[in-house]
Amino acid sequence: MNRDLSTRGLGRRRAMGSLGTGLALFCATLAAAALLAILGYVVVQGIGAINWSFLTQLPHPVGVPGGGVGNGILGSLIIIGTATLMAVPIGLLTGIYLALFGRGPVPEALRFLSDVLSGVPSIAIGLFAYAVLVAPLKHFSAFSASFGFMMLMLPLLVRTSEQAIRSVPQTVREGALALGMSNFRATVSIVLPTAMPAIITALLLAIARVTGETAPLLFTAFGSQFWESNPGNPMAELSLQVFTYAISPYPSWQSQAWGGALLLIVAVFVLSLGARLFLRRAMQGSGT
Amino acid sequence: MSPADRGFAAVVYLGSSLFAILIIGLFVELVLGSWPSIVKFGPAFIFSSSWDPINSKFGALPMIYGTVVTSLIAIILASFIGIMAAVFLSDFAPRWLGQPLSFLIELLAAVPSVVYGLWGLFVLSPFVRTAVGPALQKVFGWTPLFSGPIYGVGLLTAGIILALMIVPTVTAISRDVIAAIPRDLREASMALGTTKWETAIRVVLPAARIGIFGACILALGRALGETIAVTMVIGNRPEISASLFAPSYTLASVIANEFTEATTNIYISALIELGLILFFVSMIVNGLARVMIWSVRGSERT
Amino acid sequence: MKRSLRRCCSTLAVVAAMTLPAAAATQLTGAGSSFDYPFFSKAFYVYNQKNPDVTVNYQSIGSGGGIQQFTARNVDFGATDVPMNADELSRTHAAVLQIPVTLGGAAIAYNLPDVTATIRLTRQVIADIYLGKILKWNDPQIARLNHGVKLPDMPIVVVHRSDGSGTSYIFTDFLSHVSSAWKSKVGTGKSVVWPAPSAIGAKGNEGVAGQVRSTPGAIGYVELAYVIENHMPAALIQNKEGRWVACTTETVAAAAATKPDVSATSFSIVDTAGVNSYPISGYSWIVVYRDNSDRGRAKLLYNVLSWLAGPQGQDNAKSVDYVPLPRNVQSAAEATLRQMQR
Repeated sequence: MNRDLSTRGLGRRRAMGSLGTGLALFCATLAAAALLAILGYVVVQGIGAINWSFLTQLPHPVGVPGGGVGNGILGSLIIIGTATLMAVPIGLLTGIYLALFGRGPVPEALRFLSDVLSGVPSIAIGLFAYAVLVAPLKHFSAFSASFGFMMLMLPLLVRTSEQAIRSVPQTVREGALALGMSNFRATVSIVLPTAMPAIITALLLAIARVTGETAPLLFTAFGSQFWESNPGNPMAELSLQVFTYAISPYPSWQSQAWGGALLLIVAVFVLSLGARLFLRRAMQGSGT
Repeated sequence: MSPADRGFAAVVYLGSSLFAILIIGLFVELVLGSWPSIVKFGPAFIFSSSWDPINSKFGALPMIYGTVVTSLIAIILASFIGIMAAVFLSDFAPRWLGQPLSFLIELLAAVPSVVYGLWGLFVLSPFVRTAVGPALQKVFGWTPLFSGPIYGVGLLTAGIILALMIVPTVTAISRDVIAAIPRDLREASMALGTTKWETAIRVVLPAARIGIFGACILALGRALGETIAVTMVIGNRPEISASLFAPSYTLASVIANEFTEATTNIYISALIELGLILFFVSMIVNGLARVMIWSVRGSERT
Repeated sequence: MKRSLRRCCSTLAVVAAMTLPAAAATQLTGAGSSFDYPFFSKAFYVYNQKNPDVTVNYQSIGSGGGIQQFTARNVDFGATDVPMNADELSRTHAAVLQIPVTLGGAAIAYNLPDVTATIRLTRQVIADIYLGKILKWNDPQIARLNHGVKLPDMPIVVVHRSDGSGTSYIFTDFLSHVSSAWKSKVGTGKSVVWPAPSAIGAKGNEGVAGQVRSTPGAIGYVELAYVIENHMPAALIQNKEGRWVACTTETVAAAAATKPDVSATSFSIVDTAGVNSYPISGYSWIVVYRDNSDRGRAKLLYNVLSWLAGPQGQDNAKSVDYVPLPRNVQSAAEATLRQMQR
């Protein structure tokens, strides 16, 4: 019998290993199965509502057949798009600052503030956006909603971009610096691209998160029954419409709510898939 | 430093300062808004148990309890399931299985809160009322945690819904962190004769623990602040009871429920003060986390 | 690069073209009660079809939110289930007109799986259930009212609104009228402390309806429209005259008809006299400024609101399960609106 050190108790350890792997697989499947259960429920309730007029028309009141969430889709695109445009630079820059100038009381305080921000309820952030951008101007606007969404997205972006930049090996940075690049070029051309996949994951998670948010919109975008593309005006938003319809008594509106919810999930699905594919092609292109 | 470097540094400082200003501004707004309530009720606000808008008597203790308990349930469930899933997805799953599974789990983050709430109300809470609750009560009914009537809505159901909502955050970030651990570490461990599982649990996870911890803190943050999904399944009763089956109330739920209908200044101010308390709860949780990280890092240096 | 730029420009052009017609019409904004929302969305849609130069954007952010936004002058009019009181009016520093705009009733829905007959409850019994004095469905006080119905030995799960709500206000107003114990212990309000030991709060009418539908033994108060649309069993209540009435558009209208002189300071129509009156009914209100510096806008606003409170606007109520204002109340609302400077 083979009795040397490396195989002592191997049988039992292998069994533990299989057990553990099974447990890990179970957990992963449990999480995925939960999604499928919820998704299944949404599909069953909502697939009937989706058709071309649903996607392109304005909402109709109860009793008038047809109608859709076209303005909500447009509004969501505009509001979330603007929020992303604002959140990415601030988040990335802060992440770079924390990764490069990392030690010391000021960076630690900043990290702390970022974590605290992630715990603030979205309705409180909505109230902040209201106090800063709606009350003084006496006007609801999609821009204030984007501002609120930006604050919701920032903690995730800051923390992950710092993490991602930090995990690029020192050797890569030092190599770039040794070649005579300035800090700036080294970070932007070499370190950031290496850290990109993790940052994109965080960005997708952040977008996914705000896609389903409703509370901050109540006092900012206000909502609308009409087409609107000016960010300075009240604007419809898909998750807000879903919320309003879902809590109504009418079956026609409720099924439209589920249809809208299905749209939201599918939109994030497509976005994630597209970003992943794009990333893969970009990485292949650069030969990494 | 070259001019490019100076410009770069300036932009970086600008971005970070903007970030800091936004958060400090939020804090200032919360304090300003809750000032009337702070002045009127003082520290008694935190320890008082009555929430009576008609008689303008406000106290936050039951809501603090509900927030802490549901978030605790959520983070315990989600961190276990999430970390296990992350280990599986990064180290054990073959590509054809790992990618779709990761994808599905991340999609959980895209489900709107109101959908979680409605699914929780119509699917999960009857399930808890008829299956999970009685089973738990049969085994653990002797503890106060699992005693009492089972309504279906309550702390436990809210904790489960929250866990579902934050699992994607824990899994996705942990998976990335674990995958980033260099292969040499794993290979060295296996060369010493450990099994793959032992390597994952005893070598890779500890190496990744700071990143994983960060993921959990981020996830916990989301759990603390979630409003709509929780309010639909928690029963909304401002009362402290030991049983996990009992209805309860969270800080965020109260704000979501009552803010749009509050008309008196003191009422609005009390609600904003709840938001401020939530801000502080988040600060305390993160502070504790930081202390733990420092102690871990300190021991690492030796 | 050029192709994608061109594509971007054409998309922007299409979007701009779609939004231009909307920009040509004047958009009036209103905010407030979520109860009013379905009725308003129908009525304003019909109005816009007849008057394409005016669009009304109404959003349901809650009565309190509506009053806040109205006071801050962020919207043209507000909608609230409970009229603004002296305190709220003084904060506007201006003259405010308040008109009733629609009616609603709170039905008592319940969930008793094996009972097919409609349950009968007196006003006192409802109050005792919500006070926590009656704890089980087969309590003799309930059995006494329902001969021949086999009531189960089940605890009553009392469901109420967790969010501040006009429906809660009407319901607690009703309870305060019929039970002195309720009046002294709890009182009337949009958000109260519910004394029953099994009380569960649910968000929104949909939340209460959903909670009642999924919990055997539950009882809850829900807006009429929800009970109709979801075919929920609702109790017959013995009104002041001793008659057993169900919650329907007719019985709520009958309750309103008993008080023709309703005003913002005297608006309660719970527990009224009248053989057909449903005891848990209430008005919902619109608030608008009397004086407006923008005369053109004021005229448009006057046209919309007087149409809404008049026979043509009220005609839309029934199709969405709302109760139209009685004729005399319509005229009174018109008269109030005519005070608007325009």
